[in-house]
Amino acid sequence: MRKLWDFSGGIHPPEHKHQSTTRPIQPAGLPDILILPLQQHIGSPAETQVAAGDRVLKGDCLAGAIGTMGVPVHAPTSGTIESVSKHPVPHPSGMVDWCITLKPDGEDCWGERLPLINYTRHERTAVLGRIRDAGVVGLGGAGFPTNIKLRPPRRDKVDTLILNGAECEPYITADDMLMREHAADVVSGLNIMAWLLQPERCVIGVEDNKPEAIAALQAAAKDTLIDVVVIPTKYPSGGEKQLIQILTGLEVPHNGIPADIGVMCQNVGTAVAVCRAVVHGEPLISRITSVTGEAVSNPGNYAVRLGTPVRYLLDQAGVDAQRLERLVLGGPMMGYTLQSTDIPIVKTTNCIIAAARGELPEPPPEQPCIRCGACAEACPMALLPQQLFWYSKAQEFEKAEHQNLFDCIECGACSYVCPSSIPLVQYYRFAKGEIRTQRAEHLKADRARVRFEARQARLEREQAEKEARRQERARAAAESQLQKKQAAQSAPSDDRAARAVAVQQALARKSEQVKAKFPAATVDGSETPDLQVLEQQRDQAREKLATMKTMLADARTADADNVDKLERAVTKNIERVKRAEDAVKAAQPPATDTTEQP
Amino acid sequence: MTLRQQSSPHTRSARSTSRVMLWVILATLPGLAVQTVFFGWGNLINVIWCVALAIVAEAAVLKLRQRPLAFCLSDNTAAVTGLLLGLALPPLTPWWVSLVAVFAAIVMAKQLYGGLGSNPFNPAMVGYALVLVSFPVAMTTTWAAPAGLWHSAPGFTETLGLILHGQHSVIDAYTMATPLDVYKHDIGSLIAEEVRQHPTFGEGVAKGWEWVNAAFLAGGIGLIALRIITWHIPASVLAALGIMSLAFGSNEDLHAPLTLHLLAGATMLGAFFIATDPVSAATSPLGKLIYGAGIGVLLYVIRTWGSYPDAVAFAVLLMNFAVPFIDHYTPPRTYGHRKARRGIATKASG
Repeated sequence: MRKLWDFSGGIHPPEHKHQSTTRPIQPAGLPDILILPLQQHIGSPAETQVAAGDRVLKGDCLAGAIGTMGVPVHAPTSGTIESVSKHPVPHPSGMVDWCITLKPDGEDCWGERLPLINYTRHERTAVLGRIRDAGVVGLGGAGFPTNIKLRPPRRDKVDTLILNGAECEPYITADDMLMREHAADVVSGLNIMAWLLQPERCVIGVEDNKPEAIAALQAAAKDTLIDVVVIPTKYPSGGEKQLIQILTGLEVPHNGIPADIGVMCQNVGTAVAVCRAVVHGEPLISRITSVTGEAVSNPGNYAVRLGTPVRYLLDQAGVDAQRLERLVLGGPMMGYTLQSTDIPIVKTTNCIIAAARGELPEPPPEQPCIRCGACAEACPMALLPQQLFWYSKAQEFEKAEHQNLFDCIECGACSYVCPSSIPLVQYYRFAKGEIRTQRAEHLKADRARVRFEARQARLEREQAEKEARRQERARAAAESQLQKKQAAQSAPSDDRAARAVAVQQALARKSEQVKAKFPAATVDGSETPDLQVLEQQRDQAREKLATMKTMLADARTADADNVDKLERAVTKNIERVKRAEDAVKAAQPPATDTTEQP
Repeated sequence: MTLRQQSSPHTRSARSTSRVMLWVILATLPGLAVQTVFFGWGNLINVIWCVALAIVAEAAVLKLRQRPLAFCLSDNTAAVTGLLLGLALPPLTPWWVSLVAVFAAIVMAKQLYGGLGSNPFNPAMVGYALVLVSFPVAMTTTWAAPAGLWHSAPGFTETLGLILHGQHSVIDAYTMATPLDVYKHDIGSLIAEEVRQHPTFGEGVAKGWEWVNAAFLAGGIGLIALRIITWHIPASVLAALGIMSLAFGSNEDLHAPLTLHLLAGATMLGAFFIATDPVSAATSPLGKLIYGAGIGVLLYVIRTWGSYPDAVAFAVLLMNFAVPFIDHYTPPRTYGHRKARRGIATKASG
């Protein structure tokens, strides 16, 4: 007998599992329409490769993987693509997202399948690629891309590969029935993963409330090194961290992943999907989903094509719409309520509870916390839920974080036991959301601050450079001024220089006189255009005046209305001509004055 | 078809605060019964009077605070406070002393702090301590003598009369100093054997008291078995009291012996029903052990070297002061962490 450890806390809620285990897994059938969300996993959504009207075969890739965290989406049956549009998807908020709508043709005709039957002869990366191309993600709930998980960081050697068959949540029996009926596939899938990871040991952990599944697995794993370990029934033993603790006694470090302690955990459903992908070449296009609750007459497990609307599945199970009060996707501890039955079954949908009135009764109104500590006794993470509650409610997020709020796995054990029926998990979700928002804003503010400071520094630098240049110029000017002054001072003392200056001045005066006498002969370049311009202006003004005068004469003869206007224009033009003439006259003598200044 | 929306989890256990309180009430009944057998109708009348007062006081404040009356009263916590006061007060306590105690407990210690869950101090013990220091005569001379020691046992109506308009001269005929009181005062001048001659001790450890304590012990163990309370606080209260007694009071001629500490006074009532009030107690297992140990030590210190013969109220109230501090330094080690995060949040640790 293998040694088992216990995890702190835990609860024993009523199991309600027998309702859905009385009958074998049934095929759910082919609905009229299949709605396939592009994102059914953690990571980037797949990119559509088909358009409305395209005919596809079963297993064809409809949307391709993008980025390292992407996984593709495949056609669960043959048919025609009806649209690629936004449609409600399974999400607590009831949000809409991009989905491919497929109209089945009823033929259910397979496309090309690419099995790697003797997978050990292939490269590991080829097998991992096959798993990725088959769209396999963790079927336990989170939907983490399996091929990524099977590639742990190089520094982490996986010693223990754990297959999670605990299925600790009440009502859900999908894994239980899968293990009973497909134990061989579970073992085969585990063998593939073991071949990829080369762990020292492989363990399948199953709660002791599933004797049939345990027997089936033990039979299937008879001649292998796989260890089928029976663990005590206690919620949440199926939580990854808890199962690891039960089976190995190790704890996944805070902020770490199981691979950090040499452990990897995979769901039994994922193992079957890996087996089908590698051995049969079939992509992930269907899964086992429990449909249970008092509002259905045929509770049980169904092999459902992905994309099947919940409404269709409920009809298959014989739902009584009159009795149906609450629809829960997932288990009663961690699942979320649905707002409509239009949403599709996706890769991670393990259970639908159609609860009748009074089956999952509304909790009584919240009472004050009396610090009884029942929550702390139930917490599988050894947190102090009551303290987290106080801090979350008071919005003292720093204190809540100090009390390890982010280690909470939201299993709901604390809310379950709370005698004051406080929705504790709801408070933690609120606090986590607020903290995330605040962090994002901090980050934004920090970036803005860095940007602002950089800009400020640049402006200051530029200002300083400008100032330096200005000072440089001022210094140069002062220097030249000084030199001039020195030159002026030294001039009188130097007779030769003084004479030279006197001669130059005399020459200049002479040339001025010459210029004054013969303006036309002026050769100074700088003054000529000015005079020319003025003369031109004068000529133009004269021309205009002439035109105006003729126009005035014409107007007078015609006795037109604009005579007054034209008269004013003529007067103005006469003035303009006069001004132009004056300007020309004025321009000539001063021009000779300035040109020869040194 | 409208589907109801709710946040997970969608199911919860049947345990509720009102049911928890009801179990606490039920668990005190053996003790109350034994008290009635040995000390007459006084405690029963007190309990009824205090519970009624507590509910009325609670209702009045809730009304003022505009809270839903029926919903808030249904948590049964006011009844428990009244009940504990009724059990703790001397059997022949004048009615108005009980009234003051209940008023202090419910209105001041509980509701003025924000009502259920927000009171830092044990309400019943605040009420008890207040009347103990305010009316020492009424509180120390009203302990009924154990059965068999009365000159003529007072009937129900007679007891009621004593409580309603008792005169000291009349009451004195029915009362007697408690064993802890007698031992404390007489051991200074007498040896243990002589002290034990006092009729209040009877044949066993302390006449009547030993059975009352045994009954409360039984009720308390019942609460632990039902998982209404955990073993930590009662066990550490009793252990600390025992260790203190063995360490400092092993000489019977100087100090009261361990058996008297455990089986006289309000030891078991205090350890199982008063110290375990979750609102004013520490929360983590280690915190509970420290809190309980503090009560045990203080209980012994005040009984032995203080001026009061019993000290459950003071010990509990003093430790109530320390609860936030204890809580900050005794969090459990969270899964995946190398050590527990002690102290309060700082910028650096957040």
